[in-house]
Amino acid sequence: MAQGVTTTPERAIETAKINVRGVNMVFKRDGNEVNVLENISLQARKGEFVCILGPSGCGKSTLLNIAGGFLKATSGSITIDGEVVNGPDPRRIFVFQERGVFPWMTVEGNIGFGLFKLSAEERRKRIAYYVKLVGLQGFEQAYPQELSGGMKQRVEVARALAVNPDVLYLDEPFGALDSITRLIMRSELLRIWEAERKTILFVTHDIEESVQLADRVIVMSARPATIRRIVEIDIPHPRDISSPRYLELRDSIFEEIGLAHKV
Amino acid sequence: MKEFYKKLRMTFPRKLLPFSAIAVLIVLWHISIARSDSSILPGPWAVVLGIAELAQKGLLLKYIVASLFRVTWGYLLAASLGIPFGLLLGWYQRGEKAFNPIIQILRPISPLAWIPIAILWFGVGDSAAIYLIFLASFLPLTVTAMNAVRNIPAVNLNAGRNFGLSEGQVITRILYPAVAPYLIVGLRITLGIAWLVVVAAEMIAVNSGLGFLIIDARNAGNRYDLVVAGMVMIGLLGIVLDIGMRNLEKMKSIRWGYGGN
Repeated sequence: MAQGVTTTPERAIETAKINVRGVNMVFKRDGNEVNVLENISLQARKGEFVCILGPSGCGKSTLLNIAGGFLKATSGSITIDGEVVNGPDPRRIFVFQERGVFPWMTVEGNIGFGLFKLSAEERRKRIAYYVKLVGLQGFEQAYPQELSGGMKQRVEVARALAVNPDVLYLDEPFGALDSITRLIMRSELLRIWEAERKTILFVTHDIEESVQLADRVIVMSARPATIRRIVEIDIPHPRDISSPRYLELRDSIFEEIGLAHKV
Repeated sequence: MKEFYKKLRMTFPRKLLPFSAIAVLIVLWHISIARSDSSILPGPWAVVLGIAELAQKGLLLKYIVASLFRVTWGYLLAASLGIPFGLLLGWYQRGEKAFNPIIQILRPISPLAWIPIAILWFGVGDSAAIYLIFLASFLPLTVTAMNAVRNIPAVNLNAGRNFGLSEGQVITRILYPAVAPYLIVGLRITLGIAWLVVVAAEMIAVNSGLGFLIIDARNAGNRYDLVVAGMVMIGLLGIVLDIGMRNLEKMKSIRWGYGGN
């Protein structure tokens, strides 16, 4: 991208860490074409926590998979630091639900999985640091099947952070956890994010979750997914989830989705 | 009476349960032979004497070695070709598309149906028996390996690629550990099949081995004590082989595949 020839609004976009431009995704299923993503454009600044919020099956995971380099968009492009995403890359780690951990490796083995280029000593130090960061001391030698869902999720997050990526993609990472563990994991994630300041794209269908976590919430429509609205969450952390501003923002999203005051 | 059972259950060591069941069976066997008029079927003691006679003549060891020799070669040959073949089919979808129908057609054909062709090609001898064992083991191992690869969760493979693994590293660090538990189970089941087939193959295709012993003892004078002696040896060796394979499952690196979860 040549500098100097861009117009003013484009320049603002170029300072973005992640730049999604006009992404369309069409799946062919049984001869039918299914439009999954329609002209999605969004940006994330360096160190920003962005939630992509939408109903189940709307295509938000597809968007994340395109950003991760696991899928190729039908048209449009995603650039990170001005570089077009062409495939998976260790600088951008995708965190799956907890089933992404390797069942044949211990907690230590999993967390050190991406560190194969480091010396044994360096690897040992990093593993110890991230075991501590996610609070899994004492479970270093445990296998995933001996861990709870929340602990497995911590292993995945630690495995991702250990390779020091710029960007984390989280695809409904807490979806399979019970509601109490989910709350704990959210504050853990915020604590880690504040310590490491990664740029985070976080996909969820949980409105409360998005308002609790994100700097900005991208509200998507049902399929084919388009962006309905982008909501700035201008509440500092730690967020009081009974404060008027929180409730106002939350309710405005409920309203946007058409669910306000209906339960 | 209730008290008595309770006490018995408490004092009776669990480890002795299988042996006591065997003892009961042998006693029942002895009683029913003693009470019948048939002089052809042997009792347990006659079978023990039969085994002793075979051992004395040097036939027992010779036949056991002959059977194990054939199983080893046929089975190892099948494993060294069938597993890589199955892994490739699982990895490359086009390969599976091409070969799976043939495999599914060949699979229901009993290896024993191949006996005439095996003799035609290899004559009566070890090669024919080894070929039959190879046939019996090859397809089950191929299918096991193919399914094992196909069952690797996509998230595990994607994670590997995400962390910058080369294709070779994906194979050694994800494919291999992910399929190992399935392969070990497949190897154990297949060894059982190979052991079943060697006995049948030896009845027709060769002049030695435990299967030959059984058919020969009957043909050469209705020596049913030796027939049953052969059967007992087949059973005992089969369980030894199975225990050996089960020990492989205890390997630490593959234990995850058998844990509850």
